[in-house]
Amino acid sequence: MWKQLQTSILVLLVMTILTGVLYPMAVTMFAQTLFPHQANGSLIVQGDKLVGSEQIGQSFSEAKYFWGRLSATAPVPYNAAASSGSNLGPLNPALVENAKQRIDALKQADSAIDSIPVDLVTASGSGLDPHISVEAAQVQVNRVATARKIDAKVVSDLVKQHTQPAQWGFLGQAGVNVLELNVALDQLQP
Amino acid sequence: MSASDLLQLAVFLIPLLLAVKPLGWYMARVFTGIVPQPVRWIRPLERMIYRIIRVDPDAPMDWKQYSFAVLALSLVSVFAVYILQRSQSFLPLNPQEMSAVSADSSFNTAISFATNTNWQGYGGESTMSYLTEMLALAVQNFVSAAAGMAVLIALVRGFAQQSTSGIGNFWADLTRGTLYILLPASLLLAVVLVWQGVPQTMQRYHQANLVEPIVAADGTTVTTQTIAVGPVASQVAIKQLGTNGGGFFNANSAHPLENPTPLSNLLQMVSILLIPAALCGTFGEIVGDRRQGWTILASMLVIFIPLLVLTIYFEQQANVRLADLGVVGGNMEGKEQRLGIANSAIWATATTAASNGSVNAMHDSFSPLGGLIPMWLMQLGEIVFGGVGSGLYGMLVFAIIAVFLSGLMVGRTPEYLGKKISAYEIKMASLVILLPCAMVLVGTAIAVMSDSGRAGIANPGPHGFSEVLYALSSASNNNGSAFAGLSANSPFYNGLLGLAMIVGRFGVMIPVLAIAGSLSSKKRTPTSSGTLPTHTPLFVVLLVAVVVVVGALSFFPALALGPIIEQLMLK
Repeated sequence: MWKQLQTSILVLLVMTILTGVLYPMAVTMFAQTLFPHQANGSLIVQGDKLVGSEQIGQSFSEAKYFWGRLSATAPVPYNAAASSGSNLGPLNPALVENAKQRIDALKQADSAIDSIPVDLVTASGSGLDPHISVEAAQVQVNRVATARKIDAKVVSDLVKQHTQPAQWGFLGQAGVNVLELNVALDQLQP
Repeated sequence: MSASDLLQLAVFLIPLLLAVKPLGWYMARVFTGIVPQPVRWIRPLERMIYRIIRVDPDAPMDWKQYSFAVLALSLVSVFAVYILQRSQSFLPLNPQEMSAVSADSSFNTAISFATNTNWQGYGGESTMSYLTEMLALAVQNFVSAAAGMAVLIALVRGFAQQSTSGIGNFWADLTRGTLYILLPASLLLAVVLVWQGVPQTMQRYHQANLVEPIVAADGTTVTTQTIAVGPVASQVAIKQLGTNGGGFFNANSAHPLENPTPLSNLLQMVSILLIPAALCGTFGEIVGDRRQGWTILASMLVIFIPLLVLTIYFEQQANVRLADLGVVGGNMEGKEQRLGIANSAIWATATTAASNGSVNAMHDSFSPLGGLIPMWLMQLGEIVFGGVGSGLYGMLVFAIIAVFLSGLMVGRTPEYLGKKISAYEIKMASLVILLPCAMVLVGTAIAVMSDSGRAGIANPGPHGFSEVLYALSSASNNNGSAFAGLSANSPFYNGLLGLAMIVGRFGVMIPVLAIAGSLSSKKRTPTSSGTLPTHTPLFVVLLVAVVVVVGALSFFPALALGPIIEQLMLK
């Protein structure tokens, strides 16, 4: 019995060195050599300023920016140091309340909106979803164009440019990266 | 279901099924000690490990020694994981200066990772140092998975050999599973995941300048975003391949840095089921009759595929409460746009069919029936694919029950793979099925009857009950996923779920090893006209019926109180 416990300790030590030290070190070495951009978090840098990550959404509420998914992270939305979904059940009144608030905000800024894509009124699983659907971007084009006093066609073309199709044409679904789109809008017209 | 949903389903299932035969063959070779040519270069390392741990890999253990070795390793592991969490603030590789994890949470997490459950009461990026992630959690991801495979192989040996009490050497099985299967596969997957955008760095979290500052609820203006990174890819690869499921981040694989693209999503989904599915092939190879392996795989698929289709269907339905407001589309609450509804539903079904428990969408926000399916898959005992090793040994126990029941019907002594099934095996098999069932139901009852149990519930009404039932189902069957609204990081839930995980792991593993020992010492009886063939479609029907009837009878009343009522209220 004692022999088995001794062996267990030795095995755990050996496995710790192998799978807890050498394995992550090897992955880090390959990652930093082959794909340094991704390995460090796919960061977006402008000049010497870190703007964010291509993979991580940010909170937008001004009319001149496209809005992303709702975010349930605390204490502020899109807190990338504490990811979280809302975990609201389908019958939870808070689910409907959150959706209503977003719908009201959308309609207040652009009363012509009637049908609203579901991804615009629901919280993402991570609270950090960087994407919205193409339809969700389209319903916001008029608002953004009006707020920026530019032609809706210009905004709509920018949305098309920033639409990522389904990967390899068939995996997942198309989407628009909200942060990248808004950064591009600011570059077009600060 | 739309054509696009069907396409996502096909892209997931086809590569998975194509891998069963070659990978199954490869693993059979590894575990029988005939290392295939392309990986022979690993052998010196294997021999070196045996010298360091002072073990003769060819010295067989009987089932009691084998059980004791599993228990000893698990015990030592629990201690190591506990101590590392409690002392992480004094240890290196802690760039975010995380403080020590609380005693009850450390206890729960130590059991969770040592039992291959990976239930997480904590949020990874706000709790664990990089060192704890690597030395404590990742190591257990490998070791607990390899232990599950080892126990399966011991059971399969029980069928394959005769008149011997030895069922293999645990230390050798553990080493081989890690060195030849888990480690190379994880290394490959981790690097591909980095290519898709999963970080792998030892640097501290990044501070980004927000494009639009946020005014917080307390009136302060927030201008920066802290972006958590770390050695993520190396953790994610093994969490999927070892059916562990513990995420680096709190949001698990819903987090864009843990699962950035549809391709990373596909690779992770396939990895969840890859080894559990291929082990069916390994089983067929080792018992010398491939048809037996295919029969088990077919039975799993007969249960899995309809549930897969149903989950997609339920999640594609609009929530009527939102549709009333003019909202268009299926259930996107808790789901990520880049992955979409179909891939979230496929993942939820796969991760609970396997005892993986990683999530790419929040199950708590699934539609009532869409959430019922993952819950029921866990309650079946994690045998439809199940955990690496643990899933198939659970399914083989159901196969023993199935031949026993058919033996009763025709009045003959039941046999499986030439081994007579006697009262002893049936007693052990009953323990395997009843212990986790009892833990789920009794545990849920205790939780909903106590104040501290009800205090953790987040959603009102029957959904709150579902949260508790889901947590107990998950812990007692070593899955690890959650209806995550439940505040489970309390002494009550950390303790209760810790106990559930121990029962679910060892209450199954030890009776299985006892069966292995008993079968191994029996002689093989030649097949006769009275033998029930166990490689036919009829046996698939029989096995599936046993699994479904046991699962349905045990849990239908509990499910009626949760998701079924909720579905009726939604109308």
